[in-house]
Amino acid sequence: MPWPTGSATPSASSAPGNSRPDFGVDGDVMQLQSMYQEMILDHYRNPHHQGLREPFDAEVHHVNPVCGDEVTMRVTLKDVDGEPAVEDVSYDALGCSISQASASVLSDLVIGKPVSEAMRVSQAFLELMQSRGEIDPDEDLLEDAVAFAGVSRYPARIKCALLGWMAWKDATARAMEVGQ
Amino acid sequence: MNSFPEHLDVETIRADFPVLARTVRNGNPLVYLDSGATSHKPVQVLDAERSFYELHNSAAHRGTHLLGEEATDVYEGARRKTAAFLNAQPEELVFTKNATEAINLVAYSMSNATALGGPEQLRVLPGDEILITEMEHHANLVPWQQLCERTGATLRWLTVTSDGRLDLDRLDGMITGRTKIVAVTHQSNVTGTIPPVAEIARAAHEKGALVLVDAAQSVPHQPVDVAALGADFLAFSGHKMLGPYGIGVLFGRAGLLEAMPPFLTGGSMIEVVRMEGSTFLPPPQRFEPGVPAVAEAAGLAAAVDYLNGLGMGNVAAHEESLTAHALDALREINGVRILGPDTTKDRGGAVAFEVDGVHPHDVGQVLDELGIAVRTGHHCAWPLHRALGVQASTRATFYVYNTHAEVDALADGIRYAQRFFGARQ
Repeated sequence: MPWPTGSATPSASSAPGNSRPDFGVDGDVMQLQSMYQEMILDHYRNPHHQGLREPFDAEVHHVNPVCGDEVTMRVTLKDVDGEPAVEDVSYDALGCSISQASASVLSDLVIGKPVSEAMRVSQAFLELMQSRGEIDPDEDLLEDAVAFAGVSRYPARIKCALLGWMAWKDATARAMEVGQ
Repeated sequence: MNSFPEHLDVETIRADFPVLARTVRNGNPLVYLDSGATSHKPVQVLDAERSFYELHNSAAHRGTHLLGEEATDVYEGARRKTAAFLNAQPEELVFTKNATEAINLVAYSMSNATALGGPEQLRVLPGDEILITEMEHHANLVPWQQLCERTGATLRWLTVTSDGRLDLDRLDGMITGRTKIVAVTHQSNVTGTIPPVAEIARAAHEKGALVLVDAAQSVPHQPVDVAALGADFLAFSGHKMLGPYGIGVLFGRAGLLEAMPPFLTGGSMIEVVRMEGSTFLPPPQRFEPGVPAVAEAAGLAAAVDYLNGLGMGNVAAHEESLTAHALDALREINGVRILGPDTTKDRGGAVAFEVDGVHPHDVGQVLDELGIAVRTGHHCAWPLHRALGVQASTRATFYVYNTHAEVDALADGIRYAQRFFGARQ
């Protein structure tokens, strides 16, 4: 486990006359664990499919204007039995653990899928993020992405989780136009 | 543990801010270190607004009834009080929505002067220059970019040094005979840097340029004297200085406001309206169209009273003590890099930092889980972050109600975040 168990209680004494906040460590860790699932931290530390690759059909650059996080994403499509499918997704992302892990999970999920099916996953992820933790995610459809369910309880972080997905949808739409 | 000099009776002050008594996530007490974004408001400010609505509510500068007179008195009383707070005259003080609107007022009045053949000093033509700095908040940057786009003028800027100071070596060369206005912050909202505004103003005036000071982060935190600064314009918001949202201030030197065409137009700011055209009232009414925000002005006046009661010198000394403590505490943490000056010399109470291996959003999330509210991101100063070589940062800002124990809590929280994410310490 990357987080401490019981070691975060402040050791320094407080300034005179001031009561100092006491960190209830166990409770804190539980809450944080619900957002920072081990799955998310794994993807953050070892992102899959990272780096920009050639050739590609479309490239987009998306930014979260609140924090300046950014992602450059390339999508390559292929034809499978007359249906467009995702051949490759490659990306270069600058951002927090949630946005980086989300891009990594997304690449795992959509590469190899028909675009229509990948779009269904994307839609399900969007609904999960907008759920405020109120829905049970479809694990068969979302696979590793169910780990982000805890993020949906933190409205300020939803955009982080969606940054890569919005970029992917945009890039895929452009790639489809190129293909037509 | 150190004992710190007491410039303010913080315990008594905290009792005036009900929100500080609440608990936040996980039942933790609130440690509010985001006053640079917006300050909390004491009961005295809330009472002033409420009592205006309960007893005097009416539209100022209209009507002949008693309530209308009282509302006008409240509004103009707030103007007098706020003007005195800055060592300005009441007629030099325009109430706006906030500092952002105050700066836009000047930029748009200059474009209007250009379009309508206003005085030469205010007209901005192709080849003219506007000088800003790389450390500006977007509110004192984008309006000038836009003014340049509308007029064909050139935007120039002073750069920052690696420790977040303004690089003044090129100041003389950057202010030219074509410079129309120099717009500069009085205190960076990211690094806390306090640039030598009086020196910049002197250099600007020698070349005939106007000077606008973005004082959103200085008026709440230090004594400000517009005459001593040499500011032609000075802008700030009420909500960062214990006052309500929705009211801000533009100070403009009397002769200047007199020469300026209006920005927003409509009722209350006109002298005579005919279908063929209109004439306008003298300042400050010329720049205050619509029914004035009197309750907000009453709240701002109460905030000024509150700060005067504490003494702005004491406020500044208290924040300097907290800032020095924070700089020391953060320097001790391996893997933490403080953005900006590493001493409190010419530096206010905004402490932005990077934590190696932990993104600011993640630092902020962990701190929030511990009850510590900080700002994360680029804090509306994206070019400054780029200049300092960082994508984003975490920022703690201090005010009259913050304690040294809260500074310690911040340092502990950062260490906790490092452990949580397994970053090196």
